[in-house]
Amino acid sequence: MVPGDLRYTKDHEWVRLDGDEATVGVTQYAADQLGDVVFVDLPQVGRSLEQHATFGVVESVKAVSDMYAPLAGEVIAVNEALATQPELVNAQPFGDGWMIRVRIADVGQVDGLLDPAAYERLVAEA
Amino acid sequence: MTDAEVIPAHETALVEVHRRLGARLIDFAGWLMPVQYTGIIEEHRAVRERAGLFDLSHMGELFVEGAAAGDALAAAVVSDPRTLAVGRAQYSMICAPDGGIIDDLIVYRLAADRFLVVANAGNAAIVSDELAARLHGWSAVLDDRSLATSLVAIQGPAAAGVLGPLTDVDLAGLRYYAIAEGSVAGIPALVARTGYTGEEGFEVFVEWDRGIEIWKALEAAGAAAGVAPCGLGARDTLRLEAGMPLYGNELDRSTNPFDAGLGRVVKLDKPGGFVGRDALARVERDGPAKRLVGLEMAGRGIARHGYPVLNGASPSGVITSGTMSPTLGRAIAMAYVAPADAEPGTMLAVDIRGTGVPAHVVPLPFYRRPT
Repeated sequence: MVPGDLRYTKDHEWVRLDGDEATVGVTQYAADQLGDVVFVDLPQVGRSLEQHATFGVVESVKAVSDMYAPLAGEVIAVNEALATQPELVNAQPFGDGWMIRVRIADVGQVDGLLDPAAYERLVAEA
Repeated sequence: MTDAEVIPAHETALVEVHRRLGARLIDFAGWLMPVQYTGIIEEHRAVRERAGLFDLSHMGELFVEGAAAGDALAAAVVSDPRTLAVGRAQYSMICAPDGGIIDDLIVYRLAADRFLVVANAGNAAIVSDELAARLHGWSAVLDDRSLATSLVAIQGPAAAGVLGPLTDVDLAGLRYYAIAEGSVAGIPALVARTGYTGEEGFEVFVEWDRGIEIWKALEAAGAAAGVAPCGLGARDTLRLEAGMPLYGNELDRSTNPFDAGLGRVVKLDKPGGFVGRDALARVERDGPAKRLVGLEMAGRGIARHGYPVLNGASPSGVITSGTMSPTLGRAIAMAYVAPADAEPGTMLAVDIRGTGVPAHVVPLPFYRRPT
């Protein structure tokens, strides 16, 4: 439920670190809470994101949720598949349901992300 | 637990059944209700293709009885229940003196001098109080059985096939918007051919304590036909596709029946008058200030309740309900717009988070069941 090789945020997003790049998505817990995802709005490639800035929107049948940049950086890729298959967020939140990839502006911000154990506790208390 | 958990005032008799089925329970109008079991889209499709089972015990059941019950109700609501044959029902509304909608209702005639008024959960207490006040002085009494009645609906093309063998009510002879007294699975029940999904279906009223038995009987009888338990989430997308208004979204105190395109329900000329008549006669004469329309999004995005609707750069109105239609696979919405913008085909825009997304006016309903 909580992969051990990722970092997390209090907003139920996950971050996969790869050198100075980070891939971002929402966790299984977030996907389950949202219910059937029917629309995902992602930023343009090249956009600069401040940490905690809204970078996109994920909508389920009933709810609209903002997504927040876990780290500052430039968007270098977005998951185009979600435009036509938003249900990937429910089916594979940690895989094909990824959202954006950013080039990390400040690696110091990585230390502020939750490790898997801390995120697991957060979900258990939710 | 550190956060204060909001505990709704009411639970239906079926709450343990919902928990066992893994429902996600939410506070809805003061009731702990299932919003979904397996998922809204799956439940929605079950109703369109097979049938769904709904716990609607949160609705208000108000019985009006007495020699003057028909006349008293006719003076209290916008329709004329006196014109109903025994065993028939009509869609109605109860309005304030200024014509604003207090609630939308279904009025069933159970006997010459006995009616059942079904009100929305969120308005049940208000309607009960208001009806009691309006019945004052008439030879009619109100019996609010909201907390003594369980209501289970089975909706979808398979509904009649599942319910039929369980009941002594002749379903083939029960017309749309009709009600009959009988038994279901041996339990005394009122069986009505009404619903809020755009499909064929039935609503079964029983004594509070028999709710679980009715549910389980329908669930067991429907298992082979693929009948699925359905929550309020699917109920909302189903009714929206069917173009049916929801109180709190399309209907409220600042809206009158003519705004909502429901002027046909208002019997301005019925004998004896009714609360709101003069205000509603003026609206009929002058035309409504806004019109309820269907919108289909022509660009990316989903219009949601409260989003502004624009015609060019000018404000036109506001979205009342919107979703991604599971049946059509397109984003649909209902909105109040300026009367001049209400013609089907009119191109408008919805302000979605600061971006004007094109949408065109389409006729309601979005979905009509195949006949």
